[in-house]
Amino acid sequence: MTELDLSHDPASAVGIDPDPRIGSPADGGNASATAPRRRATNVAAGERAFSVAAGTALAALGLGRRSAAGLAVAAVGGALLHRGTTGHCSAYQALGVDTAHGRRSAEEEVAKRGIRVERSLQIARPAEELYAYWRELSNLPEFMHYLERVEVIDDRRSHWVAKPLTGLGDELSWDAEITADEPGARIAWRSLPGSTIASLGEVRFARALGDRGTDIRVTMEYVPPAGRLGHWVAKMLGTDPRKRMQDDLRRFKQLMELGEIPTNEGQPRGSCMSARG
Amino acid sequence: MRATVWCAPHKVKVESVPDPQIINRRDAIVRLTSTCICGSDLHLYDGFIPFMKPGDILGHEPMGVVEEVGADVDPAKLKVGDRVIVPFCIGCGACFFCKRGMWSCCDNTNTKPRLGEKVYGQSTAGLFGYSHLTGGYAGGQAELLRVPLADVNCQVMPQDLHDHQLVMLSDIFPTGFMAAEACGIQPDDTVAVWGCGPVGQFTIRCAMLLGAGRVVAIDDGADVPERLQMARDAGAIVIDRHEEDVYERLLDLTGGIGPDICIDAVGMEAHGNNLVEQVYDRVKTALFMENDRPAVVRQVIECCRKGGTVSIPGVYGGFDDKIPLGALMNKGLTIKTGQTHVHRFVPKLLEYVREGKIDPGFVVTHRVPLSEAPAAYEMFRRHQDGCIKVVLDPAA
Repeated sequence: MTELDLSHDPASAVGIDPDPRIGSPADGGNASATAPRRRATNVAAGERAFSVAAGTALAALGLGRRSAAGLAVAAVGGALLHRGTTGHCSAYQALGVDTAHGRRSAEEEVAKRGIRVERSLQIARPAEELYAYWRELSNLPEFMHYLERVEVIDDRRSHWVAKPLTGLGDELSWDAEITADEPGARIAWRSLPGSTIASLGEVRFARALGDRGTDIRVTMEYVPPAGRLGHWVAKMLGTDPRKRMQDDLRRFKQLMELGEIPTNEGQPRGSCMSARG
Repeated sequence: MRATVWCAPHKVKVESVPDPQIINRRDAIVRLTSTCICGSDLHLYDGFIPFMKPGDILGHEPMGVVEEVGADVDPAKLKVGDRVIVPFCIGCGACFFCKRGMWSCCDNTNTKPRLGEKVYGQSTAGLFGYSHLTGGYAGGQAELLRVPLADVNCQVMPQDLHDHQLVMLSDIFPTGFMAAEACGIQPDDTVAVWGCGPVGQFTIRCAMLLGAGRVVAIDDGADVPERLQMARDAGAIVIDRHEEDVYERLLDLTGGIGPDICIDAVGMEAHGNNLVEQVYDRVKTALFMENDRPAVVRQVIECCRKGGTVSIPGVYGGFDDKIPLGALMNKGLTIKTGQTHVHRFVPKLLEYVREGKIDPGFVVTHRVPLSEAPAAYEMFRRHQDGCIKVVLDPAA
């Protein structure tokens, strides 16, 4: 079993945010934190054969016309040919679609197309206390505002339900399992194969200098799905998932330090419409 | 309830708004008995703080009686019926900063920390009635106030003192005190205080209480003679900047070396030391190329003796021009500043009041019904009718 382990990352060891890009040098490794990385093959074999055949036919037809319209038809044919011979479709890539590969583990999905987000924050409470609250996974929706609830199934497995989004009919949920559990120090989890959103997560609790409490460091990796789900993820996590994660961690800090999350939602305000003054 | 509402620059109204409710379990609702207009409210009034929204309730110097407490308010610290002052800055008492007495730097109470991070690098504490940069909390120029984390923020007061002796503990008394205390005043020090508004008045008196050899007060005698008189009454040497050259006079008073401690109790809307400076800052701020008019900061750095201390209780908002860093560095000055950590100073200052060392009510020139807040803002801003400090009466 592969575990998400940051201990080999020299950047995180010295407290520097590591390069948000993912992917190994062999893969090119040039994808940004918010875009799926470029990859070679995302079109299934049958589709590729069809693309080659249709592309050849269109190219021949278009070139035979010797007109502007014909040239355009030939260009489409050329693109299909390219898609068929290389097995790579830019449109599929943009939509996050992959017909070439079957069911994978969360690690494989994330390694191929994942987004990685990492943040740290200091909390003026002991690590054991923070660990205990986090380990009770049903507490997570208190500060992770994209979650509706987390149902604990057994010691390892849990069922995560996301907040519903208007226009998205079915409940968005997935199963996850705990992959590492070191009391007072570390919790890691991953979604189970077949989940609508493939994701890995880890939180580390490290004693801060002096009596300052605990430095927590959270890493999340997930694969942004296409279509309506992609829309949901974009809306929930925003254009900058690191900021969203920081907001989550801030709420966690407030809950741990104060027992509540300061707010002014629901306080009175004026209208500036009345006649007085 | 009725509340003072900010609608636009130079436009505040007293409106009927819904009563505040307990939202979080550590909230309390306080029925206010006295609530002041602060000099820093004028920065909002004049539109110098760009994070106000029409409808925001103003006010951050309130006191009153606890009317309701949330389920998790510590009964050993606060209960219904307690008479309290409420510090302008909202602390949590549990974060790194509050635990070290830096209450105005609280890490948890600003509800919109991303804004502060963008403007200042890190966000500061939530403040009552002081724009969305500081959390957007409804303020206390109203009949009722919701106080978050009430058991650390409401400061319980004795029953036998007058409101005017206590309400200044919410802001300007601790602000004047912190500005002076941070400088480590020695018995042979000359302390110069720019600005004889309410904060300046408390700074002057606190510098004396802390044992300053001599206090010099600076303001414009043509504009606010009553404020210079109040400083003179406290025992300060007075410089009328309308009549005298401030730099020359200060050097003359200090054997040519300059004051040991120079305190800017004016802040962002200074008038400028000469015509060129006045025009420069007014044009730059009008074009949004500068956020404040930092004329006093410039003069304070110029006048301070080598190796001296500059203290800035005056409020500044953003990015300002022509700050003489060369003088600051080469003269080896120390700078002390910050929003006031009110909670830290309340017990000691209450003791001062009890012992009769100071009667904070000295600064009050006007007490008017809450409904007259708009006129009071205008009077205070224009220095009319000898106005130095206005207390609003929410019950009148």
